[in-house]
Amino acid sequence: MFRKDLQAETRTKYAVGATLLFAVSTLIAVSAALSTATVKSEVKAALLWIILLFAALSGLARVFVREEEAGTAPLLKLYAPPTAVYAGKWLFNCALVFLVEAVSVPLFLLVLPLEFVNFALLFGVLFLGGLGLAGASTFVAALISSASSGKSSLFFVVAFPVLLPLLLIAVQGTVGAFDGLPSHVIKSRGDIGMLAIYSVAMTTASFVLFEYVWND
Amino acid sequence: MTNLLKLGRVGLLLLVCASVVAGFLWLPPVPMFVSPALARIAVFHIPCSIVGSVATAVGVWYAICYLKNRKLEDDIKSSVSLGLALLLWTLTTVTGAIFANAEWGAYWSWDIKQISIVMLLLIYCAYYALRLAIDDGRKRATVSAVYTLFALVSVPFLTLILPNSTPNTLHPKNVVFDSSYWLVLWAFSAGLTLIYLWAFRVHVALENVQLRLNRHVRAALKSSAPSQTIVVEGRLQDA
Repeated sequence: MFRKDLQAETRTKYAVGATLLFAVSTLIAVSAALSTATVKSEVKAALLWIILLFAALSGLARVFVREEEAGTAPLLKLYAPPTAVYAGKWLFNCALVFLVEAVSVPLFLLVLPLEFVNFALLFGVLFLGGLGLAGASTFVAALISSASSGKSSLFFVVAFPVLLPLLLIAVQGTVGAFDGLPSHVIKSRGDIGMLAIYSVAMTTASFVLFEYVWND
Repeated sequence: MTNLLKLGRVGLLLLVCASVVAGFLWLPPVPMFVSPALARIAVFHIPCSIVGSVATAVGVWYAICYLKNRKLEDDIKSSVSLGLALLLWTLTTVTGAIFANAEWGAYWSWDIKQISIVMLLLIYCAYYALRLAIDDGRKRATVSAVYTLFALVSVPFLTLILPNSTPNTLHPKNVVFDSSYWLVLWAFSAGLTLIYLWAFRVHVALENVQLRLNRHVRAALKSSAPSQTIVVEGRLQDA
């Protein structure tokens, strides 16, 4: 499934390209708007995650819509067990999120330079946060596509509240990685633990519940 | 039986009235707060959140029931209960904000509990956005039940982990209330629970009637010819 999705997307290049471009243009907009201001590292952490969230959401909604648009969903239901379908979509979305992160985070650090970055912490937060982001939004995409076609704003509305706790914890964790204050570093280690629990819980729940949505 | 119900309703009215009056007039002020007199709001604030939690739990329970049995009645119960929970949580937020204004000088200051409750409210609102977007009854029921269970995953984070993750919350802790507070608080909780149950039953009955009506209309539309004959027969009988 994953290979099939990868092929389909590389053939159109639309989703991946648009998502990356979205991330880069928001990043440029933010850094240009802040060019004369001095920004605290807390604010930078929040900005980074808001950019990542919106960029990822703009691309992640597509995975199931594509099947519905092309009318291939019924065939897929016959061909593969639901878990395999979901795993494929989920892996693809994980890859997409990590790609967005890999492009936009170095760029972010380039245009909004920080005096100090704890890379191990930052990497941990980005990895686990990305995992949770992909897990939750893949599931919401599945819900929305089975529900209604052409209501793309619904995806944001529904995905947002589910992702907000994740966003808050990730921002808290990134603050520790950005300013290196000992108290913040200890706190963001705790946040990484929370992110891990959250991502695992979200992903497990979505795997269990997907069957109900898919086979309906 | 109906008389007994009537008596129960009068009793409920008296109970709620008594606890409101007691809450405003009888309770002593709590001197540890900036505005000691306003601390009485706790006897309304806390019951709202307790009954809100109960209503949420009932909604989740019926969502599970729906996924098991696939009965639309369970979906109705789930959505009604979650709607009442949304109302109760909104009341909690409003009463909390009134007290926050007196105590911390602002209605809203993004205290960690305020953040959590806003996210909870957003989750409920998204639930209704999702329901409104789907026309097909069965699909709507499935999608909203699944969403309820999925959103449930983030609820422990909002209610247990996040509020306790930071020590610098503005929310009062270790408040020593007079024992009269607990009496009024539990009396009001009991009253509010009964009101919730009552509203729940009435709403569910109403939605069930609507469901049955829709079924009849659809059946009539499907076979429009027989329905016409029914109408004609009715007229004949009238005549």
